[in-house]
Amino acid sequence: MRKAWFVLLLCLLAVMPALAQDTTETPLDVSDADLEPWTCPEGFEGQTLSVFNWSTYVAEDTISNFEELCGVTVIYDVYESNEAMLARLRQGNPGYDILVPTDYVVEIMIQEELIQPIDLSKIPNFRHVAENLIDTPYDPGNQYSVPYQWGTLGIGYNQTVVGYELKSWKDLFEYEGPVAWLEDPRAMIDIGLMMLGEQPPATDPEMVFAARDALLENGGNVVAIAQDDGQALLERGDVHATIEYSGDIFQIMDSCECDDFVYVIPEEGANLWTDNLVIASGAPNPELAHVFIDYILDPRVSADIANYTAYGSPNQTAIDLGYIDEELLNNPAIYPSEEISERLYFSAILPPEVDQAYADAWDEVKILLRR
Amino acid sequence: MAFNRSFGTAAYTIRQKKSGGLLALPAVLWLVLFFLLPLAIVFFVSFMSRGPRGTIVFPLTLEHYNRIFDIFFPVIVDSVRIALVTTVICLLVGYPLAFFISTRKSRRAQQIALFLVILPFWTNFLVRTYAWRVLLGGDGPVNNLLLSLGLIETPLTLLNTEFAVLVGLVYGFLPFMVLPIYASIERFDFRLVEAAYDLGANDWHAFWRVVFPLTLPGVVAGCILVLIPSIGAFVTPDLLGGTEGLMIGNLIQTQFRGTGNWPLGSALSVVMMAMVSLGLIVYMRFGGQN
Repeated sequence: MRKAWFVLLLCLLAVMPALAQDTTETPLDVSDADLEPWTCPEGFEGQTLSVFNWSTYVAEDTISNFEELCGVTVIYDVYESNEAMLARLRQGNPGYDILVPTDYVVEIMIQEELIQPIDLSKIPNFRHVAENLIDTPYDPGNQYSVPYQWGTLGIGYNQTVVGYELKSWKDLFEYEGPVAWLEDPRAMIDIGLMMLGEQPPATDPEMVFAARDALLENGGNVVAIAQDDGQALLERGDVHATIEYSGDIFQIMDSCECDDFVYVIPEEGANLWTDNLVIASGAPNPELAHVFIDYILDPRVSADIANYTAYGSPNQTAIDLGYIDEELLNNPAIYPSEEISERLYFSAILPPEVDQAYADAWDEVKILLRR
Repeated sequence: MAFNRSFGTAAYTIRQKKSGGLLALPAVLWLVLFFLLPLAIVFFVSFMSRGPRGTIVFPLTLEHYNRIFDIFFPVIVDSVRIALVTTVICLLVGYPLAFFISTRKSRRAQQIALFLVILPFWTNFLVRTYAWRVLLGGDGPVNNLLLSLGLIETPLTLLNTEFAVLVGLVYGFLPFMVLPIYASIERFDFRLVEAAYDLGANDWHAFWRVVFPLTLPGVVAGCILVLIPSIGAFVTPDLLGGTEGLMIGNLIQTQFRGTGNWPLGSALSVVMMAMVSLGLIVYMRFGGQN
């Protein structure tokens, strides 16, 4: 019996290298030379694709190039918030093929059957997607979504006013000037957990309430809890630092033409968000939608988008082959060091009683912070 | 003739009653469908439990009401206090203003003044509240003016305070105080003041004993119109109040957004409604009779 096991093990060991070779064939082996420009499959001429994306979220020629390459017409609508997009879709799909929801919204849309499964075999360029952004907790196995762009939830601050570097959540909490937090129970309680040296999310209500107390202890400098507009408070000088999404801080860095504003991914770790390409339920043209997703995941197309919007690109090949602008690639606020990357985490699905504890604890934080 | 006439009147009254009932039907239906029914739903949901992902599920529970009295009560008390202060300031500012407008001799001057009171409504409330954010900001016009006048040396913290909430609420609700008071002063017969003077009253007495009591219905209407929406305000405290100016409306609002807690939000709404109704009932039973 023992001998049989041993033989089996030997066989396995013999086969292993072959298996390993098979799987490593993907991203890193692609070289610039054998990366052909993207071509459209035959047979879509004259068809129409309807895309509903965030505003200012593609490069200037991303859509027109696709129209030209495939000979199709793209109807391109934009939205400003997940909630606005969800509200439109919940009333019945008005005819959209492609949507770009944020991670937790993908999960909601799967549960509410607002999106349909994706056939990854029709998307050869999926192999370019970075490993840490596939098979995520909100869509295990990428059955419904592929990542489009990503970013983090960190600290935006005015370095001229603050006068020194804020590197961590601890630095933010110990800063003596006015700061803003974010109206988001999940994000905030998770930050409390990181202050305690725990890895988010909490696994039981006790952990949540400990995080609540950590926030309360450190909330002396909080003057406002912003509804995702902390960047406006920061820009006008009403707070010196704020907890915000990377993209929102990049916006004011761009518009102010000054060196005042800085975005930093805190050392303790941060929430990693993704926006994702999905196909709506009842999409008029799911076949062309698959083609479009494959087009977007082409390393050159992906890089164009990331270079234009300055968000993180999920396209590992585009990064490896140097298609992403050097300046962006060297910005640790967009592409953090490996050490910090390891401390980024997705918002995972919570068991109901923990989810409830997050909501309750956050109400209590707000009530007790009043004075 | 007399007989005919009274007969005719009686018949008319009966007909009027019938057709009156029919005429009221749309309004009654409207109230039942869009007021009483939703209210009943809110009341019912407030006893339900919060399920996974913010769904509303059985079993029935009193948990939310317990939680309100354990945790949320200080915020409710503060909200009522802020609303009362708002109402008093609106009254102190609004009454003289209404008095001034309604005693203009020229009808045209009155119309222009009223127009000016209503004018802010032409701009969206949200936009006007955002404007206060700029005005009261650390680098805003108010602080810059005070700084350049040398009245202060460092910018005052005006935004994200309870003060800012009061400013925003008074600003937003002042017209609701002015208009009903204006209506009742406008109807006031000023010969009564002359009569009071003839009977030996001085200005003060003529106002307190004659003018004010007769314009009280307008004052009460104005106070109710300001007090009730102020208690539940959420846009103003959200944009201007920061952590310090948190009101119960904010906490109710967040229960309904995202993965909120609808049963708890409903229970909070029920408690608020109960408190406001109770206040009105007490007022009508005792205060209203004088």
